[in-house]
Amino acid sequence: MIKNISNLGDAALYCDFGKEVNKETNSLVIKYFKDLKKKNINGITNLTPSYNKLIISFNLKKINFNKLKKIIEDLNINKAQSENSKKIKIPICCSDSFSLDVKRLESKLSLNRDKIYKNFLNKEYFCYMTGFIAGMPFLGDLDKSLRTNRLETPRVKVPKGSIGLTEQFANIYTFESPGGWNIIGNTPLKIFDSSKTESPNLISPGDTVIFKEISFNDYKNYNE
Amino acid sequence: MNSFEIIRPGINTTFQDEGRNNLYHIGIPFSGAMDKRNYILANSLVGNKINKPVIEFAYQGPLIKYKGEKISFVITGDVIFKIIKKEIEIKGNCYESYIIEDGDQIDIVSTNRSVYGYLAISGEFDLKFQWGSCSVNTKANIGSNNGKKLQDKQKINIFNVDLNLIKKKLNYINSKIEKIRVIKGTNFDYFSDQGKKIFFNKEFIVSKLSDRMGMRLEGEKIENIVDTNIRSEGLIKGAIQIPADGNPIIMLSDHGTIGGYPKIGVVISADYDKLVQLSIGSKIKFQQVELSDAETLFKLYELETQNLISQLK
Repeated sequence: MIKNISNLGDAALYCDFGKEVNKETNSLVIKYFKDLKKKNINGITNLTPSYNKLIISFNLKKINFNKLKKIIEDLNINKAQSENSKKIKIPICCSDSFSLDVKRLESKLSLNRDKIYKNFLNKEYFCYMTGFIAGMPFLGDLDKSLRTNRLETPRVKVPKGSIGLTEQFANIYTFESPGGWNIIGNTPLKIFDSSKTESPNLISPGDTVIFKEISFNDYKNYNE
Repeated sequence: MNSFEIIRPGINTTFQDEGRNNLYHIGIPFSGAMDKRNYILANSLVGNKINKPVIEFAYQGPLIKYKGEKISFVITGDVIFKIIKKEIEIKGNCYESYIIEDGDQIDIVSTNRSVYGYLAISGEFDLKFQWGSCSVNTKANIGSNNGKKLQDKQKINIFNVDLNLIKKKLNYINSKIEKIRVIKGTNFDYFSDQGKKIFFNKEFIVSKLSDRMGMRLEGEKIENIVDTNIRSEGLIKGAIQIPADGNPIIMLSDHGTIGGYPKIGVVISADYDKLVQLSIGSKIKFQQVELSDAETLFKLYELETQNLISQLK
């Protein structure tokens, strides 16, 4: 259930699902998100699910905070398990030219390179949310041995396709973008495709992702 | 075929319309014209439906050569521009439509103590729409024109020119406001009493690192006493984040959809148009209002806009 609904400015509802960030809380956020999307409530312009929050933006010409809050509070959310979650395999190349921050991680985590990849690859990660830049997935949870902070000084340009780690999460840079996550590899797979109007994102909240290592040669010759 | 030929593209000239809804969850912001009222007035002044694509420019605008049959155009905002005909140059007035013909040029010299201006025509630009909108987001390369700014020597075809040319004019002056009104944010209590006082009592300066994504401000540091990071969560237009350096960043139309800095406040919807027009180096002061005030002020803002549109009918 939503623990608390407050206003974020005059045109958004801030729905708080509790302090804990875990799969259970997030699954509930995603359930609300999917159900509200289906209900297509007049006046709602955007739904932004994150780890433990759901922000509902609305058109102030059509509805206001108190009216929409009442609608959300009175909703019967479909408790059934969300049906359309996918399992996605992501090829990752970990050669030196892509694993920009592995040396930093080796010293930060006191783990050698092989151990870092062993603890990261071939495991299931849950997609908590997508965003910041178009299509970027926030995946978790990383093995406890891999958790560390962002770079002290973020990169001005992180290459497209980079896979980064921070705290308990991994992400994939769908575009070249500024960013401070620890980069450990790169995927040739298109994660965001704006020509696919219906579903431009390969990975959606609630999906499961597994990283599978490929060689530099396979990376170069990769065909989707 | 009628067309615009771009002789000089200007600094940040893009096609914009109302923007796109229901895509925050995949990381795509609203985009759309920054100054909504001036966008709507531009379309109204050339007899268009109010949601048609227009050209938005920032600071220095484009120099455009027109080819084709007679067409009317208008510029809204606070803009210095001229119309160059074969024999003469005419100094242009904003909110007044002009008829141009083959070979005429529109030279948008610059905005005047403001940021954004709009050019609308009594016809349709030949544009590709993405998710129901032509709005260009240059950071993600989304929207018409391959998601890019207007380029040098580019040609834009124009069709469906309205042959029934009527000149329209509106007496309207963009009011400059002293204060931007704000509702307390969800992390208001992350900041010290002194920090809150600074936020609502001191002046901030609009930094040069401002664009369609966000407006960065400089001023006295706002001290955080809880945590300079929050769990990443959704952002909205107008949200004011304070990162560790203590300087506010206001989310604008092309903002990142998720952010992890505490939010001290959110600019009210009624003041958004005025906010985005504050140019680099401008002073800005915030004033706290309650939600109910913000809703009333928005109704007034809407009434004013409707009133202006109805003068043009």
